[in-house]
Amino acid sequence: MENYLSIFTEYDIPGAFWVNIQLTFWAAIGALVLGTILALLRISPVGSFQALGTSYVNLIRNTPLTIIILFCVLALYGQLGFVLSSDFQGNFFRLAVLGLAVYHAAFVCEAIRSGVNTVPLGQAEAARAIGLSFLPAARLVILPQAFRGAIVPLGNTLIALIKNSTVAAVGSVATESSSVMKTMIEFRADIVIPIFLTFAVGFVIIVIPVGLLTTWASKKLAVAR
Amino acid sequence: MSASILFDTPGPKARRRILAVNIVGALIALGIVAWIVLGLAAKDQMQPSQWDDFIEGSTWKNYLLPGLWNTTKAAVLGIIGSVIFGLIFGVGRLAQNKLINGISTVIVEFFRAVPVLLMIVFFNVFFSRSLQLSGDTAMWAVVAALIFYNGSVVAELVRSGVHNLPKGQREAGIAIGLTRGMSLRHIEIPQALVAMLPALIGQFVVILKDSALGYIISFNELLFFARTYSSPNGNVLQALIVAAAIFIIINFTLSKIAVIVSRRLSSRVKKEKNAPAGPAAAIVGAPAGLDVPAPQDPSDPKA
Repeated sequence: MENYLSIFTEYDIPGAFWVNIQLTFWAAIGALVLGTILALLRISPVGSFQALGTSYVNLIRNTPLTIIILFCVLALYGQLGFVLSSDFQGNFFRLAVLGLAVYHAAFVCEAIRSGVNTVPLGQAEAARAIGLSFLPAARLVILPQAFRGAIVPLGNTLIALIKNSTVAAVGSVATESSSVMKTMIEFRADIVIPIFLTFAVGFVIIVIPVGLLTTWASKKLAVAR
Repeated sequence: MSASILFDTPGPKARRRILAVNIVGALIALGIVAWIVLGLAAKDQMQPSQWDDFIEGSTWKNYLLPGLWNTTKAAVLGIIGSVIFGLIFGVGRLAQNKLINGISTVIVEFFRAVPVLLMIVFFNVFFSRSLQLSGDTAMWAVVAALIFYNGSVVAELVRSGVHNLPKGQREAGIAIGLTRGMSLRHIEIPQALVAMLPALIGQFVVILKDSALGYIISFNELLFFARTYSSPNGNVLQALIVAAAIFIIINFTLSKIAVIVSRRLSSRVKKEKNAPAGPAAAIVGAPAGLDVPAPQDPSDPKA
């Protein structure tokens, strides 16, 4: 037991999780912005915009996240000299955030689009029938319902993002939890399973409240139909 | 576009405006492609010597195809394993026995919340050091992690598939004298499996993508070979693009298959809906006085 407890003083485990939370936070903002723009492109009535959004989603969604983050670090930075921060470690962090945001934007786009799809056509027809023009109809009738329909898929994307933030290890972010765990189990072969369980439970503690919150919010804000 | 929720069917004025915006959009799209290609060219990345490696037979024979073979192997083993895992624990979550139900719930919820990468790193050390296994432990670590995570997702698919079946299916099973377990095995699970097929194929895409995480523990999969090949040749960027293209082609095909299967299933459901017209007609034609129950609307097996 003492043997096990010593890992908490030897390694900064909460700090490792904090890095994952930071990665998630910045990547979530980036993915939300980019994903919303993509969703707007995909639901616009303009063919070329739709094609642009659809090809982005199809290309990114079918590429492994490992390749995207590796691309950011090895190709963008290593081969093309693309730098996001003058700080050496900070640069890898930001490149990993960029990769995570680019990847999850495709899923955010699909989540928002599926939210729009939950709104029945009759709502739009009713909005026009009472004389609302495009913007008021969108702002007062359609989008409020669409956002509520998108809560569950957006929550699932956030959970995936939290777990996928460990993939930043590929992008040389050595302070996040999967890299820290890798170092730990390689040096402490006697307590491999307890170390794994510590990190696993850490993620369970982070992920399950997000899931519960999503379910609660989606029920609370459900549109009665 | 006619069924778009936000936009009315455009009139002549709106159509002209859409056409103008469409042209602008196409120019923007072309601009982005040109910007990428010219940007790469400006950085000296469009040299034929950097790309022609990937049309040479030897690159494919010695690096990409062995990598693709290992990726496929891990993915197929992962798919088979997670379907078995999912069936066992999906049925476990449907069990009436509180203990079995509780254990299955904890296992499924736990493995769904743990990042796959964490499991891959753990199993790699666990198999090679703690258990002292020989052979390709890296591959088995990837396969094990894929099974535990995706198996839990499949278990949830099985559970929701069974829950979405109409109640009448189970009631009919029990009415003809089956036990709960028999009705689950013979009536509900087979229908749930068919209904969840599109989602299951979608999960195969996830398994294939996640197999690339094996790169971190030096599992000899496609990405790893692409990287080892290109490092000494100085064309990592090109190799990553080629590896990504291979993944995109396979996954895109799988997703399309999922769409086709789901369309097939929904048309099958429609056919089933029309099918009772025959028997129903026969019943209507049955001799009066014979107490025939009204034909029920056939259940909708689609989840």
